[in-house]
Amino acid sequence: MTFGPLAFAAPGLLLALIALPILWLLLRAIPPAPIRRRFPAVALMLGLTDEDRQADKTPWWLLLLRALAIAAAIIGFAGPVLNPDPRDPGTGPLLILLDGGWADARDWPRTQARAQAALEEAARMGRPVAVARLTDAAQPITFSNPADWAGRLAAMQPAPYAPAYAGWEMALPEGGFETLWLADGLDHKGRADLAAALAARGRLTAALSPRPAYGLRPATLAEGKITLTTLRLGVPESAELDVTAHGPDPAGIDRELGRARMVFAPGADQAQAVLEVPPELRNRINRFSLLGQRTAGAVALTDDSLKRRKIAVIDSGADREGLQLLAPGHYLRQALVPVADLLDGTLTDILPAKPDVIILADVAKLTQAEQDGVLDWLDSGGLLLRFAGPRLAASDVARSEEDPLLPVRLREGGRSVGGTMSWGEPKPLAPFAEGSPFHGLVIPSDVTVTEQVLAQPDPDLASRTIAALADGTPLVTRKPVGAGQVVLVHVTANAEWSSLPLSGLFMQMLERLAVSARVGGGLEGAVEGLIWSPERMVDGYGDLVEPGDLAGVEGEALALALQDGPSAKSPPGLYRHEERLVALNTLPPSASFRPAIWPAGTLVEGLGAARSQALGGWLLAAALALLALDILASVVVSGRMPRLGRAALVVLALALPTPEAQAQTPDPAADARGIEATRGVVLAHVLTGNAEIDDTAAAGLRGLGDQLWLRTSVEPEPPMGVDLEEDELAFFPFLYWPITPDQPVPSTRAYAKLNAFLRTGGMILFDTRDADIAGMGGATAEGEMLQLLASGLDVPPLDLIPEDHVLTRSFYLLQDFPGRHRSADLWVEAPPPDAGELEEGMAFRNLNDGVTPVIIGGNDWASAWAIDGTGAPLYPVGRGLAGEDQREMAYRFGINVVMHVLTGNYKSDQVHVPALLERLGQ
Amino acid sequence: MSLAADPRASLRAEAELLGQSLPALLAEAEMLAQTVMLGEHGRKRAGQGDEFWQYRAAHAGDSARAIDWRRSARADTPFVREREWQAAQSVTLWVDPSRSMAFSGEKSRPTKADRARLLALALGVLMLKGGERVGLAGQPPRPGRAQVVTLANGLADGAEDYGVPDATGLVPLGRAVFLSDFLGPLEGIETALAYAADRGVRGVLVQLLDPAEEEFPFSGRTVFESMGGSLRHETQSANALRDRYLARLAERKDRLATLARAVGWHYACHHTGQPAQSALLWAYQALEGGR
Repeated sequence: MTFGPLAFAAPGLLLALIALPILWLLLRAIPPAPIRRRFPAVALMLGLTDEDRQADKTPWWLLLLRALAIAAAIIGFAGPVLNPDPRDPGTGPLLILLDGGWADARDWPRTQARAQAALEEAARMGRPVAVARLTDAAQPITFSNPADWAGRLAAMQPAPYAPAYAGWEMALPEGGFETLWLADGLDHKGRADLAAALAARGRLTAALSPRPAYGLRPATLAEGKITLTTLRLGVPESAELDVTAHGPDPAGIDRELGRARMVFAPGADQAQAVLEVPPELRNRINRFSLLGQRTAGAVALTDDSLKRRKIAVIDSGADREGLQLLAPGHYLRQALVPVADLLDGTLTDILPAKPDVIILADVAKLTQAEQDGVLDWLDSGGLLLRFAGPRLAASDVARSEEDPLLPVRLREGGRSVGGTMSWGEPKPLAPFAEGSPFHGLVIPSDVTVTEQVLAQPDPDLASRTIAALADGTPLVTRKPVGAGQVVLVHVTANAEWSSLPLSGLFMQMLERLAVSARVGGGLEGAVEGLIWSPERMVDGYGDLVEPGDLAGVEGEALALALQDGPSAKSPPGLYRHEERLVALNTLPPSASFRPAIWPAGTLVEGLGAARSQALGGWLLAAALALLALDILASVVVSGRMPRLGRAALVVLALALPTPEAQAQTPDPAADARGIEATRGVVLAHVLTGNAEIDDTAAAGLRGLGDQLWLRTSVEPEPPMGVDLEEDELAFFPFLYWPITPDQPVPSTRAYAKLNAFLRTGGMILFDTRDADIAGMGGATAEGEMLQLLASGLDVPPLDLIPEDHVLTRSFYLLQDFPGRHRSADLWVEAPPPDAGELEEGMAFRNLNDGVTPVIIGGNDWASAWAIDGTGAPLYPVGRGLAGEDQREMAYRFGINVVMHVLTGNYKSDQVHVPALLERLGQ
Repeated sequence: MSLAADPRASLRAEAELLGQSLPALLAEAEMLAQTVMLGEHGRKRAGQGDEFWQYRAAHAGDSARAIDWRRSARADTPFVREREWQAAQSVTLWVDPSRSMAFSGEKSRPTKADRARLLALALGVLMLKGGERVGLAGQPPRPGRAQVVTLANGLADGAEDYGVPDATGLVPLGRAVFLSDFLGPLEGIETALAYAADRGVRGVLVQLLDPAEEEFPFSGRTVFESMGGSLRHETQSANALRDRYLARLAERKDRLATLARAVGWHYACHHTGQPAQSALLWAYQALEGGR
């Protein structure tokens, strides 16, 4: 019995739904059980009738709840099934084909599950089954027991290449059978033929993944930019997709190195993106992948083709009067700029940059340091390419013995052929011998050499010659040095000695010497007969794996695979031959996606379409949940829910959506304060929480400010108290911090502010106000508090103030620093250890340090400075006239401190020495 | 409390129970009484008593024995020495023994009965210290400290649901204190008060209520039963009943106040959630002022 997408296993039970209205009436008549309470005042209630007579019936919503619960239970037990499988199960053998290519990796678990479901169904029906993965090589198909296939199916993984249909048609068994083809949705070569053959044998069902397929073509490099092309199938609308570039970072850890966004226009089946990354990064990229697509097709490996060599071109340089356009370096740069990154600079500057190639154009002699550096670099695999020239010919390098940086010994003077002053014709090049790196290059007939340096005949000269003139004189010689090599071209890099640099051969020779970019990238030439060994492989999901014991691939097969895409014989991955690395990607550069077309009569369905879902469990669970809710509701209705509990519920409900009211709104009060603090120089004191101390500090700073105003050009605004937790400190140059034993320790945030304040040139004057009782090393409560407060501060090492400290002369010349107390102990930043001793006859050392960030003392300066509203001192200092002198000195100290804060170490400049000495009376 | 099979055993058990609780109750009542300033409470008028009140010139009708010769010798006319009238009062305490008094809305609060006994005993201690004769309803009032123990022993629980003041033992022109929740039928109270008023007895009504009875913090479908179970009332939604209940309660209080005023009594309502001291002070002053 079915209702739309619903079917019931036991539809008879649904009859019980008729009972629901009866149940409704019954439940309605039975009110919830009352709670009994002993209550003496019941006597007062006698005769009070309930106003709402409905209330003795069950509330309607409770009834509804119960009715729903019971209805859910009834329907649940009736065994509803969503999307029942209406098809007729079919008979006879069943062939399950899986494409199993890279495109199946995007939905492999569901593909497998679908195949398993088909296997199970076939097992129920007793049908023989065969399973085949079309990426494998074709092999005869035989039907057998479904149970035999379950294990094999579970172990199948998608292959990193496209399925190959050729040959499978032949492998089909005799007789008719039904086929379930779990296809990846892409059209591959030969698919239509195989589908037609299958359709001819029986019913063909194609199950396709609904997920769109994405693929990435190999990256191409042009003019320093990487172009990436993404293909797609199955999405017509516009979409965006990110492509990431991965590679090792300097520490060798695989990281994302770049990212480009692919934008698909509506209806377009491919999109392009250009990724521009610095050469340093680009050289490290080893693969690109589409973000969120775990298939081999969404990964494009890179080989040397993306790498650009770093080449340093160094010419003799001294010949600046010559024409720049004719200089050898100019020819080389023009030849190399499009394909390589050129480094400029001196040899010593360039070597740390580890160039791939260093070209020395007519440079004869290197200094010993340069030579050592170059030899080290050669040992680690560099290529030193040298060109001859007049300088090399004229020098005495490598005359009598072999130079380590030249492959051969040279004869003095060189030779000149075919010139105006010589007999003979200009010499053409001999064909490149086998074994030479230039072997196979075509030599243009117009390339001739008129002048060259000559190699001394040596036993190994022949083995070091890789190119020679027609008469057999070596033109290019090479010798290995460590892991690297030194190559000497016996002519100049410009057209003076030969026409070689003017020809295309010059470029090709440079390429062959692995000088320029495309060595190893692609397989142009010289692949025949080579065996390329796999280095890293890609699995079906696009992950890099070790090749294990995979056999090498012949060059011809590799070239074919590069063109047509990989196969089981040449799976995608990185292949290496000697120095050259080739990336074989899942998608060839010419790849494009076409949707598969199925022959008429094919049943095409999605992977999950046939899934029927039993709803009984859900409905029963819902019924249980509703009944649980009913218990709660009954408790509430009968008044048994404790009041406290209800209050807690309300509180909970209120507390749950706690709004984040802490928005970053500008605080007008703080702004006004900031404006006030930046109107001029504002002296500030730290609020300790002790009102008396704070008032004294404010009065003291007011008194000091008045004196500054009177005596100096510093005209401070009225002082401000600073709450370390709340207020911004950056506005103040100077903080006076009286220490009280009971003040709160600032929070971490406040310490961060204080440290920033100190680092940016602020100064804090700590005053423990205990100099009268704190003797030598006697710890007072204030002193201990100071230690506690300062432990979180970024304070440099401190020392007792030296007598030549700039604080003693920043305005007044001072020897001691009294406040209300007269203690000589004042701690400032210690002079640097190399400051040296005070010299005889010198008033002070030349200390070029900055402003001390903290001054620590205990002389209770604020009390000495403090004035009341009329300008009269608030606190007595000392006794009589001597006390007033002390107050004056306290003011002078304060002025010196402020001057020190504002002018830094200006007064320690030696410029002031004569004037200061004069004032000191020396 | 139901009657046990063996009344003597029940009595003994009860006595033991009382023996355990009485000293504590007594001590508490004494402590409470201490907090009220106690002074010799003379009647501020001449009369029978021990304390000197005033000398006045003798006039006709004074017996020769009344003349204070020592005072008269200092003047020409004879003087009579008057004493302050110190007539001891008879105070009758009635503590509602009914089961409705055993109610407490919360475990931390004392029951109404506990509070009523405490108040009654403390009042008794005060009165006895003041030289009055104090007795429980139905018992003759007696003076003296020893009477406190008698009072304490006489406080017992009853079996009925709601108590009716027992006015039978009232001493004419004496004082009476009725401590109850007065939630029962009003007729008994009216009768008792009329009876007392007929005999010139004045006094105070202290209505003891639990805060739960004042606030009515109930909701939902509820069956309310009296403590003894004799009355029951069912409601579908107790919270809907609240306002009307409170109105009834206010009406009851008003009624009691009116009744008390009509017969010259004092009425106050005391909640067990409040300290007992304020109620004691009020009752004491009401008794004093009721002169």
